[in-house]
Amino acid sequence: MTYKSKNQKEKGQSRRAFVQKTALATSALLTVPMSVEGMAHVHAEKKLKLALVGCGGRGSGAAVQALTADENVELVAMADAFGDRIERSLKGISEHFEGEKVINVQEKNRFVGFDAYKKAIDMADVVILTTPPGFRPYHFEYAINNDKHVFMEKPVATDPVGIRKVLEMAKVAKAKKLNVVVGLQRHYQSKYIDLKQKIDAGAIGKIRSGQVYWNDAGVWVKKRKPGQSELEYQMRNWYYFNWLCGDHILEQHIHNIDVANWFVGEYPESAQGMGGRQVRNGIDHGEIYDHHFVEFTYPSGAVISSQCRHIPGTMSRVDEVFQGTKGSLAIGKGEITDLEGTTQYKYPRKWGEDANPYQVEHDKLFASIRNGGVIADAENGAKSTLSAILGRMTTYTGKKITFEEALNSQLHLMPESLTWDSTPPSVPDANGLYPIPTPGKTKFI
Amino acid sequence: MESCQLPHFMNTFKNATFVNMVNSRAFFHLSLCVLFHGMSFLKAQQSSYNEKIYGVEFELPMVYVKGGDFVMGSKKTEVGHFGDEGPQHGVALNAFWMSQVEITWDLYNLFVSREIDQYQIKKDETSEVSVDVDAVSGATTPYVEMSFGMGVDGYPAICMTQLAAVKFCEWLSAMTGKFYRLPTEAEWEYAARAGSTAAYCFGEEVSELTHYAWYAENSNEKYQKVGSKKPNAWGLYDMHGNVAEWTLDQYIPTAYSKRKKGVDSPLETGEKIYPKVVRGGSWMDNPKRLRSAARRPSSKKWKKRDPQIPKSKWWHTDAPFVGFRVVRPVKVPSIEDQKKYWSYETD
Repeated sequence: MTYKSKNQKEKGQSRRAFVQKTALATSALLTVPMSVEGMAHVHAEKKLKLALVGCGGRGSGAAVQALTADENVELVAMADAFGDRIERSLKGISEHFEGEKVINVQEKNRFVGFDAYKKAIDMADVVILTTPPGFRPYHFEYAINNDKHVFMEKPVATDPVGIRKVLEMAKVAKAKKLNVVVGLQRHYQSKYIDLKQKIDAGAIGKIRSGQVYWNDAGVWVKKRKPGQSELEYQMRNWYYFNWLCGDHILEQHIHNIDVANWFVGEYPESAQGMGGRQVRNGIDHGEIYDHHFVEFTYPSGAVISSQCRHIPGTMSRVDEVFQGTKGSLAIGKGEITDLEGTTQYKYPRKWGEDANPYQVEHDKLFASIRNGGVIADAENGAKSTLSAILGRMTTYTGKKITFEEALNSQLHLMPESLTWDSTPPSVPDANGLYPIPTPGKTKFI
Repeated sequence: MESCQLPHFMNTFKNATFVNMVNSRAFFHLSLCVLFHGMSFLKAQQSSYNEKIYGVEFELPMVYVKGGDFVMGSKKTEVGHFGDEGPQHGVALNAFWMSQVEITWDLYNLFVSREIDQYQIKKDETSEVSVDVDAVSGATTPYVEMSFGMGVDGYPAICMTQLAAVKFCEWLSAMTGKFYRLPTEAEWEYAARAGSTAAYCFGEEVSELTHYAWYAENSNEKYQKVGSKKPNAWGLYDMHGNVAEWTLDQYIPTAYSKRKKGVDSPLETGEKIYPKVVRGGSWMDNPKRLRSAARRPSSKKWKKRDPQIPKSKWWHTDAPFVGFRVVRPVKVPSIEDQKKYWSYETD
């Protein structure tokens, strides 16, 4: 019942967990297994300059985690389309550290507008890319071309044109030995890493099927305000516009689809699915669906059912479960059972005992930068993003579509360039309603 | 008094016996009316009821808890006793109603979604509150699925901040016209003990606990449906275990040392968001944390995994063990004083 500051506590815990994790250090996805000895020799002599691009709640959180991960990091620049978001973010970050760390981003280094990202990235060694995902490929491209280490949130694009750009830049980043961490934080969560090792060791045989879920009540809505241009409205209420968000099958459910890819050990070969908007269909809800159900078929023949729903009052579940030739894995429960349903393994740690994966991903990033390592999450980030885009394409069109077709698709939602005078890709009709994708009518592009 | 309806047997009695006593009859009628109304008033005050939530088929059972005195805290000799539970001291409390069970997701999600606000009761002179539902600030929709797959229908709501629980009470008051708030720590312990002076409402035997509570040993690592174990002597369920419950009080470990002479309706007010007191222990806890006297301070750490900055005012991402129940005091505070119970942490 004594009180330490949050920062002290989080730091302590994540360090401990980091050591525990690196001691394991065998996951296929941890491309840079670092030794405990390696950690001990980290000297934070060089100041690392940090820029935050996209100053919403998540971006501000990521900035705090970066500043917590390494003692010699300074936030030097911030960029956002909106000045008020920068001020709010700066206040939140400063208040978080409560005087333990002085956050001093000079006013001239707070950049506002659509090209603000360039000015902020120019000033930094490490950049955090946390705008709505539609912008990500272009921000990532600029960061890699200018030799920056990157933390970027998922998803990494909203259309295949963006995916191809990220894949191309992922190669460049690797060649340049730049670290890229993608915020698919389950890859940095002890429970997932532990269970993945068990699956790789054959605990349930070969995965034949699985079910992945993100069913809950949905997320925030920002209502249209008087005086807003159509573009500003869409930028504020970005979750409901595909060029910015990519629909919730991408923006949230990507986590679970990504876990399916990771545990099966492949990317889907094809998909087919169905979806619609039954409840969340008002003028504040843009153009996205409120439910999707997709069947992903993998090259090995495994079939993964993916469901995501944003409807209040319905069954809530966010989880991943898999059935193999020798048994089953339920990740939420942390349990492996044999074909008779008898428990074979139970993940030992209780709720809250694992390190915070949002912190771990930054601890790893900065340790790798200090050690001259290369974390290369971008390719998987792009391919898992594409898997979710593929899912969306199947629910919108009602067609079966292959991964290759999706990868080569000419669908281009994100405008090449934007100014505040631009017209967004979709605009409302006289009743304030947007065109909604319709299975059987919407074409695969 | 034209509208005063005597019960059927009274009418018979009146007609048979007092038919010719015209002058005195009016007076008698009046007296009976007053007497009867007074009795029915008292009766209503002393009985439990179901609070109906309009717009949905949902009723919240409210148990009448009579006013009285009790000894708050625990002896040093109690197994599991912690320093903040002493010294024991006398506490006097006024009567209140307390929800029979922890607030479930069924009801809590209506507060989060705010989709039945249009059914708020029309306030008039019989209303205990005047607050309009539109004036009650609402919780944001969480990014994380906050039931963590443990169940929603009939299961306790969890992970809300104290502010969110407080605002729920204000919302419920606006919806129903009755004054609801979180229990004070003293009210909570009084209700949990239900007359018992032992560690648990049923006595000292930990082996009995499984009949009354969901806790680490029997919960199967998740919360369970409310009201599925035995109630305490006053008819309240899950005071021990299932989910720990928010109270109004600031957590001050030494609070009791200032109350040696006994106190009337104590409440430790405080502006600080942390720590507040939660009571009763949860599905994750060992028996000692479920004791009637056990106090637990809330912590910033309960938001550790909230990936956003500023962290949500409404959700404790890392507190799947905390929920709450509501009380309605018989003596309703003034409209002005009500606000104090609804906005300790202001926007």
